[in-house]
Amino acid sequence: MCSYVVEKTALTGSAKAAGTWSPINTAVVSVDHPFHAPVDHALMVDFTQEGRPVSERIALELSVASARELIVCMQTALDAFGEGG
Amino acid sequence: MYQGLLAETVTVVGHNDDEIGAYLARPLGPGPFPSVLVIHHAPGWDTATKEIARRFAYEGYVAICPNLYHRFGPDLSPDDAAAAARAGGWVTTEQFLADAAGALRYVRGLPVSNGKVGVIGYCSGGRQSFLAACELPVDAAVDCYGAFVVNGSPPDMPLRMEPVIDRAPKISRPILGLFGVEDTRPSPEEVAQIDTELTRLAKEHEFHSFENAGHGFFAVDRTMYRVEAAVEGWRLILDFYGRHLA
Repeated sequence: MCSYVVEKTALTGSAKAAGTWSPINTAVVSVDHPFHAPVDHALMVDFTQEGRPVSERIALELSVASARELIVCMQTALDAFGEGG
Repeated sequence: MYQGLLAETVTVVGHNDDEIGAYLARPLGPGPFPSVLVIHHAPGWDTATKEIARRFAYEGYVAICPNLYHRFGPDLSPDDAAAAARAGGWVTTEQFLADAAGALRYVRGLPVSNGKVGVIGYCSGGRQSFLAACELPVDAAVDCYGAFVVNGSPPDMPLRMEPVIDRAPKISRPILGLFGVEDTRPSPEEVAQIDTELTRLAKEHEFHSFENAGHGFFAVDRTMYRVEAAVEGWRLILDFYGRHLA
């Protein structure tokens, strides 16, 4: 379904695409029909920098199952690192 | 037999008198032809939706598909426009209805038009097709698995999609509904509720729910495509429009 599920969060970091690094300060997260990934529904993340065109976003489309695995993987890595950063 | 069609982008006047892009596909020839307003799904004014418009032109209809995401950037690629829509809260019901009304005016003003216009939408466009049937002067409407018609989206979602079934008393033309029994939005229970309400209101409608099909079974470029449901669905659509738009 077109779920309209969207979440947005501010962040601090950089992302690289097409050989170029760019600062990013926002992530728009949705679960809906992807554009490119060969699945019915995907977790989609658009990393953006406020004021930059949407065509410069760094976009991810992950199957729901692999997105859940990635979340666990990231959480495990953060837990292993511990506090601070 | 000679066959030909023309497909091009045109400009229609929509909400707030804004000029927005629209994809127009029509048979060559003097007509008169019936028309179909094709509403794109949430992923945008994309290749698959324009293929649907060309299919209608092949079948003898003037098809128009307004770019509901035009204001996010008229020259954006479909995926970028959809991303902007996600980040920007999509489009309001008021804006959609005014844009759709502009497209209706455009096709009815074409010399080849017979004056009759149907509307069709898929997924989020199915809900909007239902909305158009309630609020706009269409001659027939097709709702392909539109969610959030009878039940709104969950209240904890950041963007609330309001149900539209309360507008059903304003429907004046027939509705065709096409659904998959494996769909969850709309679920078979929700489809049954819409069916019951339209029956209670004595609104002309016919609903078909396909076995072995879920959401998006018409989508030829997605894994949810189901050939039996899609082929029979197209037959039902053309039969329905053939009866109500001639």
